[in-house]
Amino acid sequence: MIGIEHYVVVSSILFVLGVLGIFLNRKNVIVILMAIELILLAVNINLVAFSSFLGDLTGQIFAMFVLTVAAGEAAVGLAILVIYFRGRGTIAVDDVNRMKG
Amino acid sequence: MAPAMDFSQSLRLIAPEELLSIAGLVLLLVAGWAGDKASRAISIAAVAVLVGAMALVAPALCNGAMGPETSAFGSQFRADAFASFAKLLIYGSAAVGLIVAPSFFEKFRAMRAEYPVLILFAAIGTGMMVSATDFLTLYIGLEMNSLASYVLAAFLRADDRSAEAGLKYFVLGALASGILLFGVSLTYGFTGSTGFEGVRAAMAGGLTTGMIFGIVFVLAGIAFKIAAVPFHMWTPDVYEGAPTPVTLFFATAPKVGAMGMLMRVALEAFGGQAGAWQQIVIFAAIASIVIGALGAIGQQNIKRLLAYSSINNVGFILIGLAVATPQGASAMLTYLAIYVAMTVASFVVVLLLKDEDGNSVESFADISGLSRTRPWLALAMASVMFSLAGIPPLFGFWGKFVVFQAAVAAGFVPLAAIGIAASVIGAFYYLKVVKVMYFDEPAGKVVGKGEVAHAALLVVTGLFLSPLGYLLTKWLGAMTDTAAAALFHVA
Repeated sequence: MIGIEHYVVVSSILFVLGVLGIFLNRKNVIVILMAIELILLAVNINLVAFSSFLGDLTGQIFAMFVLTVAAGEAAVGLAILVIYFRGRGTIAVDDVNRMKG
Repeated sequence: MAPAMDFSQSLRLIAPEELLSIAGLVLLLVAGWAGDKASRAISIAAVAVLVGAMALVAPALCNGAMGPETSAFGSQFRADAFASFAKLLIYGSAAVGLIVAPSFFEKFRAMRAEYPVLILFAAIGTGMMVSATDFLTLYIGLEMNSLASYVLAAFLRADDRSAEAGLKYFVLGALASGILLFGVSLTYGFTGSTGFEGVRAAMAGGLTTGMIFGIVFVLAGIAFKIAAVPFHMWTPDVYEGAPTPVTLFFATAPKVGAMGMLMRVALEAFGGQAGAWQQIVIFAAIASIVIGALGAIGQQNIKRLLAYSSINNVGFILIGLAVATPQGASAMLTYLAIYVAMTVASFVVVLLLKDEDGNSVESFADISGLSRTRPWLALAMASVMFSLAGIPPLFGFWGKFVVFQAAVAAGFVPLAAIGIAASVIGAFYYLKVVKVMYFDEPAGKVVGKGEVAHAALLVVTGLFLSPLGYLLTKWLGAMTDTAAAALFHVA
């Protein structure tokens, strides 16, 4: 029998993978965008699982809002990435170092 | 849940947001049709709209509005005296961010008509953050502010540093939202509600491990937004890289918004279990004060220095939250008002630092001996630095004083003592700026002149920060007390 705790464990693992994806990734900014997406989807799994467990619709409505905002966020992120690439000619994470201190 | 609200009553309560949203959409259409040549006119219209919104929110503060009758849309949103105070600061600093922008961007031929529209949308989101009494409204407000802010940070598209600042702000801001959301999902799962009242009621019966995880994640996400240590690392890069008018905006409006949101979440939603989060806030406060002060010492760029200064100030404001009393909340609001004035003044001075070609100069080497070439500008900068350091005749001292007073009154004497000791470290780098301007050989680089608007802003904030500011303490204290009372009025 799959209970609420299984969903929470899966979403926690996805969340940790997403956070690690942002900090351990040394290659490509696109991978960071994917990691952010992973975090938001982990949250959605949590929200929907809790919503079903509690018999309360709020969580599912919240998940729809998160999906919508995630789409907007990805659009803005990719747009910023495009102007960054235009100026620098690279999107390697190690090159994002014009400012230090 | 509050009793079912009349829908028209709800719409009346969100009048300032309606005005800003409609004006923002109309100005977006105007921007689309008229193009960049209309950007100055659109900026002026946007400033007028923001002033109108301030006039609409002010009555709630004057009447001391609080309780269920200020709650809109089934406890999603609250337009009480607390929200009103924060929104006055937010809309005011957004207006300043618009006033100083055209002369800065026109130098790079980058004054686009989208700028005022983005500032308006960011201001609406920031205002929603302080009014939210449900995690859903809070999230939408936060993202509305963040998405506009990411674009604003990268607004000088041709500039490498601006694009990099936008990218860094986006990645870390999105991570912060993700952490906050994960905390919200846990809080929802273990309390069964996303509304602050429901969360508070569920937590009254005692905390479970899941709830504690929820509290920690939510607070960590918000700590990112207010740039509190240990989640501060993005601040210096974003402040340095973003165009200066945008940095001015970031250092004021979203800071007030995130701080107001933190106060509502901590004191309303998690307010019944203050013991669970006080330790975290005390740690963040002390760490922010110390790291903000130490990090600033080696900086050569004035905008980076001001970034560390803002981290340092956030630490002092958090002391007011750690005590979790109405007096502490009132002290935080007083500090925030003074902090906004100091930040506006310091960034307006930075905007006026230009060489003969009109390029911005931002390094210490360039402002050395400023007192001999531009004495008034040097005097303004020196007063702001003394005020930020909290040296008594200036008004910056009052903010620190009320915060420490609240801490001592609530029995947090060691916290206040550490704060006072650490503010001495901060004084070192503020005084270093004064020393470079007054006692080093003139570099003679800064010759640029500002507009009348810059001078007017400096005069207004300068008078507020001067010892004349103490004439306002009674009035300011009465307002912040009303706002704090509304926050603690649990319906």
